[in-house]
Amino acid sequence: MNGKSLRTFVAYVEDKPGVLNRVASLFRRRNYNIVSLNVGRTHEVGVSRMTFVVEADDDMAPRIEANLYKMVNVLSVEDITKTARVSRDLAMVKVRAAPNQRAEVMQLCQVFRGHVVDVGADTLIVEVTGTQEKIEGLLTVLEPFGVIEMVHAGTVAMTRGGSSEAASAAHQKPASGTIAAA
Amino acid sequence: MAAPLKDMLSLDTPPAEAPAVPVERTGSQIIWETLVELGVDVVFGYPGGAIMPAYDALPQYPALRHILVRHEQGAAHMADGYARASGKVGVCIATSGPGATNLVTGIANAMMDSIPMVAITGQVASTLIGSDAFQETDITGITLPITKHNLLVTRAEDIMPALREAFYIASSGRPGPVLVDITKDAQNASCEFRYDRSPVRLPGYRPERQPLPEELERAVQMIHEAKRPIIFAGHGVIKSNATSLLLEFVKKADVPVACTLLGLGGFPTTHPRALGMMGMHGEAWVNTAIQEADLIIALGMRFDDRVTGNLKSYAPHAKKIHIELDPAEINKNVKVDLALLGDVREILQALLPHVEGRDRGEWIGRIEALKGESAVIDIQHLPDSGKLYAAHVIHDLWRLTEGKALVVTDVGQHQMWEAQYYKHDHPRKLLTSGGLGTMGFALPAAIGARFACPNDDVWVIAGDGGFQMTAAELATCAQEGVKVNIAIINNGFLGMVRQWQQFFYGGRYVATPIKSPDFVKLAEAHGLKGIRVTERSQIAQAVKQAQASPEAVVIDFRVEQEDSVYPMVPAGADLDKMIRRPQSTAAPGMKHNPIFETGEDE
Repeated sequence: MNGKSLRTFVAYVEDKPGVLNRVASLFRRRNYNIVSLNVGRTHEVGVSRMTFVVEADDDMAPRIEANLYKMVNVLSVEDITKTARVSRDLAMVKVRAAPNQRAEVMQLCQVFRGHVVDVGADTLIVEVTGTQEKIEGLLTVLEPFGVIEMVHAGTVAMTRGGSSEAASAAHQKPASGTIAAA
Repeated sequence: MAAPLKDMLSLDTPPAEAPAVPVERTGSQIIWETLVELGVDVVFGYPGGAIMPAYDALPQYPALRHILVRHEQGAAHMADGYARASGKVGVCIATSGPGATNLVTGIANAMMDSIPMVAITGQVASTLIGSDAFQETDITGITLPITKHNLLVTRAEDIMPALREAFYIASSGRPGPVLVDITKDAQNASCEFRYDRSPVRLPGYRPERQPLPEELERAVQMIHEAKRPIIFAGHGVIKSNATSLLLEFVKKADVPVACTLLGLGGFPTTHPRALGMMGMHGEAWVNTAIQEADLIIALGMRFDDRVTGNLKSYAPHAKKIHIELDPAEINKNVKVDLALLGDVREILQALLPHVEGRDRGEWIGRIEALKGESAVIDIQHLPDSGKLYAAHVIHDLWRLTEGKALVVTDVGQHQMWEAQYYKHDHPRKLLTSGGLGTMGFALPAAIGARFACPNDDVWVIAGDGGFQMTAAELATCAQEGVKVNIAIINNGFLGMVRQWQQFFYGGRYVATPIKSPDFVKLAEAHGLKGIRVTERSQIAQAVKQAQASPEAVVIDFRVEQEDSVYPMVPAGADLDKMIRRPQSTAAPGMKHNPIFETGEDE
């Protein structure tokens, strides 16, 4: 192995058109391999939060962070790989389940704390959140019934406790400067 | 719980001055008025449909000189050359579609060499964006990876803030090109206008860095402990105006200095501690010294592959201190022992009082011995063998211009010969395309530099291949009355590629012999002066004639056709495994070759 492992980064970015494109373009250009990328709004208007899972070694990780920081629309970045955190994936699985199989499927889902969110004539949609392993576990047990469709959202992550480097970067003074005359 | 994120976006500083009375302006007027406010006095551009409203308003701003180029790539290189020579932001302007895409090479060139430049492009009306309208192209998408930042502006009231932001981003921190794409409807629309003089505020942009005191202490300690230290002076030395501090530092610490290609001039080449250029075509003693050093102090450079050769065997005995503004450069190519993040000048300033002199006699002596082994012999005193070598031309040009010319080179063999034989003692007097290696750079960049340094003796040194890529800008020189002197090192080949074919591709000269127009007649066709030089004895006369002519002058130097640049570290090879000039190509009747590094002579 080349010492690469999965790294989780959280970035706060300005909620503006094209910012996702800029970030994605950076990863492509620098040849960083994105395992998952999740973007969503935060509770503050104008700020989005991105969670990336990237394959990187100890040398690369700080450079990924630095390259993200260089982007004008990126407000703050934190590598939370080594921080205590809660990471969650969300998946929905549409599984074949004839009326006489429903009870069995629902029972299996309970073990994984999945919820049935839709019941069709001979299908169920199961929603599950958790780690990647848990979702894969659920899939394995549903496979024999026949998985028709599955959707898996990228990882979202949050550090435990009250402190967060990325969030405290919020308290730093934003850059300001006079323009060098042309 | 996350911190109050709205703080990240707070832009709550009141304007610095009492506002002037707002006036009604069109977007087009706002473009020029803002540029004037930002201190711009020259823009390089080419009109077209989507930028016509802006051009229509241009005559209202006589403080701005517009230079009409012949191809938008030329405009970008001119803005780049202006920026390199002045340290200020260069501005180019083009229309949408092909006008914008023609800028792309020049923008990428500026990005690779961290040049502060603002490119303004017209765009189709905002209502047409995405409809594949005539001359529509997604230029902000296209330039995303080759700009420091770019912006699309669709409203007149956003033009001034966008341009101010662009200038601030382009010139602060590690500089770079910024593109501002302005739709035609934004140019045509009117709004209330009042120039904003408050500082630009960008919530996520933090261009400045400072090292920690303990890091500075450690650097001082490492410098004191080093027996065989070497300083690398990169482009960052020039950008941060650190030359005089570097001189003080070297005087105090007595450490030899090697330059990167873009760092040449950042430390005077004729200084006794100056080693010259490092890397692929660096002199043998420089690269050998790097391989023997026990400490590298790298200032504002990025360990490019042309500088390091094989990374696995690179400077194996050296600890490395990397003084650099951009954290993304740290450990990118070469793993360093200590990184000092920040402005080169500020960090040298902080280190200077704590650095003590050490006796480096043994190390300096070792380097002197290496030099003696393979020093360039002063070729002006050697007998004329009847052949004209590029090295003759460049050496003589250096002598005749007393080393004071502002030289702009293209890319290829002549560029390396220039770096080896024109000894630059002052910063910003060598402009060359380093990172991207853009043929066609020299002439337009020199035109831009002319506006930054109107009193300089500006010389283009270009090959016959690269010159033809942007030779149309001769017409710009003629129309705008731009005086530059152009030395074409004409060897009838795409010389550097030919050299690689000779060394690494079995001597098969595929697509490298190049037939050129008669450059003397080409100059004359533009109403300019053309001179041909075929012998060394004619060089001085030609140079004097060129300098005395009020118009741009092209000198066609017909040099040896199959000469190569020595020494050469093949791409990816160990830095001290150089190809040296073979004995057999030495001029007939000479004991050793008169013009090149001669480690194998004697």
